[in-house]
Amino acid sequence: MWLDPRNPQLNKNGELHHLLSLDGLPADVMRQILDAAESFVGVTQRDVKKVPLLRGKSVFNIFFENSTRTRTTFEIAAKRLSADVINLAIAQSSTSKGESVLDTVANLAAMQADMFVVRHAASGAPYLIAKHVGPDIHVINAGDGRHQHPTQGLLDVFTIRHYKKDFTQLRVAIIGDILHSRVARSQIHALTTLGCPEIRVIGPRTLIPSDIKSLGVQVYEDLREGLKDVDVVSTLRLQNERMKGSLLASGQEFYKYYGITDEALAVAKPDAIVLHPGPMNRGVEIDSSVADGTQSVILPQVSFGIAIRMAVMSIVAGNWRG
Amino acid sequence: MKIHIKGGRLIDPRNNLDAMHDLYLAAGKIVAVGTAPAGFHANRTIDAGGKIVCPGLVDLSARLREPGLEYIATLESEMDAALAGGVTSLACPPDTDPPLDEPGLVEMLKYRARNLNKAHVYPVGALTAGLKGVQLTEMAELRDAGCVAFSHADVPLVDNQVLFYAMQYAATFDIPVWLRPQDASLARNGVAHDGQIATRLGLPSIPVSAETAALAVILLLARETGARVHLCRLSSAAGINMVRRARHDGAKVTCDVAVHHLHLSEMDIGYFDPHCHLIPPLRSQRDRDALRKGLADHTIDAVCSDHCPVDDDAKQLPFAEAEPGATGLELLLPLTLKWAEEDQLPLPVALSRITRDAADILGIDAGHLTVGADADVCVFDPERYWKVEPASLRSQGNNTPFSGIELKGRVTHTLVGGLVAHEA
Amino acid sequence: MNKPGNPLRQLPEAEQLLAKLLEQMQPVVRPDTGIIGIHTGGVWVAQRLHAALGIAVPLGTLDVSFYRDDFEKIGLHRDVKSSDLPFDVDGRPLILVDDVLYTGRTIRAAMNVLFDYGRPSSIQLAALVDRGGRELPITADFLGGSAALAVSQSLELTRDETGKLSFKLHEN
Repeated sequence: MWLDPRNPQLNKNGELHHLLSLDGLPADVMRQILDAAESFVGVTQRDVKKVPLLRGKSVFNIFFENSTRTRTTFEIAAKRLSADVINLAIAQSSTSKGESVLDTVANLAAMQADMFVVRHAASGAPYLIAKHVGPDIHVINAGDGRHQHPTQGLLDVFTIRHYKKDFTQLRVAIIGDILHSRVARSQIHALTTLGCPEIRVIGPRTLIPSDIKSLGVQVYEDLREGLKDVDVVSTLRLQNERMKGSLLASGQEFYKYYGITDEALAVAKPDAIVLHPGPMNRGVEIDSSVADGTQSVILPQVSFGIAIRMAVMSIVAGNWRG
Repeated sequence: MKIHIKGGRLIDPRNNLDAMHDLYLAAGKIVAVGTAPAGFHANRTIDAGGKIVCPGLVDLSARLREPGLEYIATLESEMDAALAGGVTSLACPPDTDPPLDEPGLVEMLKYRARNLNKAHVYPVGALTAGLKGVQLTEMAELRDAGCVAFSHADVPLVDNQVLFYAMQYAATFDIPVWLRPQDASLARNGVAHDGQIATRLGLPSIPVSAETAALAVILLLARETGARVHLCRLSSAAGINMVRRARHDGAKVTCDVAVHHLHLSEMDIGYFDPHCHLIPPLRSQRDRDALRKGLADHTIDAVCSDHCPVDDDAKQLPFAEAEPGATGLELLLPLTLKWAEEDQLPLPVALSRITRDAADILGIDAGHLTVGADADVCVFDPERYWKVEPASLRSQGNNTPFSGIELKGRVTHTLVGGLVAHEA
Repeated sequence: MNKPGNPLRQLPEAEQLLAKLLEQMQPVVRPDTGIIGIHTGGVWVAQRLHAALGIAVPLGTLDVSFYRDDFEKIGLHRDVKSSDLPFDVDGRPLILVDDVLYTGRTIRAAMNVLFDYGRPSSIQLAALVDRGGRELPITADFLGGSAALAVSQSLELTRDETGKLSFKLHEN
């Protein structure tokens, strides 16, 4: 086995081979990704936005669950690294014919893939895939169930670092549907690893997983109490289906008690920044005047997202010495 | 056939026996313990020096996957696994395909099993037709065909009225009802204990209240209907406490635990190991410790393998999609021994939980070495270490969370009805 | 100059080489010349040259990690720096500055980076020291000096707190 059994995303030298989760990702690896992304931000601002790092490599975007937005940013990132990109929306094709995840992946591996970018509705699916691919293939988790969305978490901390520099003095609040959120889980692990001393999660009890405190966060049920004096306000998307089920009464009531409005934001620090992983439900988790306001860094998040994905892809691709 | 099992340490919990005794078998029965009967000439002598001789094990839950699921495992493969694990009597749950809800199916299974000449098979019948939770099965007839009890296996029985009537009906005929306490709606979509690991890994969770809420209903209905209830696979400290209290108040219920729940907790899920996807879910370490203690103080009556062979295709899936269950017939003995050793319990106590206590729940005359009883015997080497390698297990299921682990205690001889059925 | 392949005995004196380099460049540079240092040693040299030459155009820096041809072998450089070209390269004469000129591969990569920014009117190369061993058709236009090193040896430029540059020899 070329991977570290205690942390199967690292090889035996402690280098990143797959990116599966930010849980347990060492701080130096995380910083390496953020630093490399810094350089890629420079590249994305040039006339020629391409570098030849992954020339001749094939990146397969395997999306078992639809997501145009995430798939597109991975596609742009791979193309800017000069890789060939193949997009597969498996949601509508093979698995409906009863082919298993591993069969699908084995077939694609036989097409000389170098990297799989995987999105799946089931938590842990990228681990299963990573366990069954050969040593010359890298797996990047593009979101698995409620588990992790590591590149999103990294771009969020990249954005925070860009505006706030030092994590060790920060107070961060994450608001909304923590229970179903892979973004929240990734953010929490990234922030704790980078030394953020105070992370708060805010939401009604139905949307806060039990034992969330074991991840090192504080729980607030009252929005204004939770937002008091924070430096970073991270809002989460509230899926439409949650508003219909038994976890919540209605989108309106959620907005009234947990929506980020100018008035709610006023209790945070005056220079607090507001993040959202997109796509936004305006008038549910966030008010338009906040989303488009001066404290919003939602659009920079999107462009940093490409640099982060370029950094992750080039680091894992370089970490195999076959 | 006369067999002399010589020089072993004989442990028979039913008869309170733990001493260096020889055992003499003839014509399928146990004919003497200690000294040979006059004129006994053995056709065969088994040297049990350094080994333990005990009753053949009784397993309260082993899925044989017949009828209908022979692509996963067959009666032949799983009965071999039973013998290799020292199990000579086993109860099989009704969740076959079709479920065991008609006397013909039960008779066929009994007939197939008998002809194999291996372990004794005791079918548990379906409580409702097709395990659909609507119509009761012909329990009395099914009992006459060979069912020892009735259950709903792991299929949720959602309608409490049906449960109530099923218990009343079973009580009419004094037929035992085996129920797994898990509230279907509280457990809906869940695949892991509602705790640290499910939170960290983002797995849909099953709260402890799914077990305790169901227990409350079952215990109430048991009292009201007078049904003989056995509770299958407790998983939580809170659940054990409820049973302990109910018994203290006079409830006549028994309960069991699966052997893997004595050793594993939610932590063992690690990076989504589908082999730790079990029903009920592995809970916290505190819950696991309570199960171990409950089994030792006999709040929990017996431990079973909860043997559940699953083929690789159904296991090699993302955690939540993987079929739950673990193969266990060959691990029941060593894992029970491991529990006893770690918790410093006397061997006779541990062996009792997989012999006489289980036989009592099943209501069968087995699990002891009384003179005159059927000669179902297990001989094992308590000091022999072996490594669990899924491919070399007899069971067709390779699915075990204990893969690669070294265990102590290996069966050397299994005798059924006075004949050597397995020899290592 | 000692013969190629023989171990180096006398370390080249970085400050002396820098002075020689400056001497050669002074008559050639134009007010619009862009000076670009290659990370990390080349940037130090370029900073000194840029200051001494008194050019108004701000100094450029270049990291070639994304263009290296040994990515497949050694992966992405651990310590990637940002490239910073605070001027338009189109139609401008450029001087690339590096500390040690060896195989020529770094310079090849650097030129590729520059062309992804635009089309300079010319590119010239300044190096503090040429250690031989070229694998590509590249030569320096301005050179402080030469030193032949064994393949097992490498030269590293260091900078102390006063800003003084000196070479360190590594035996691998």
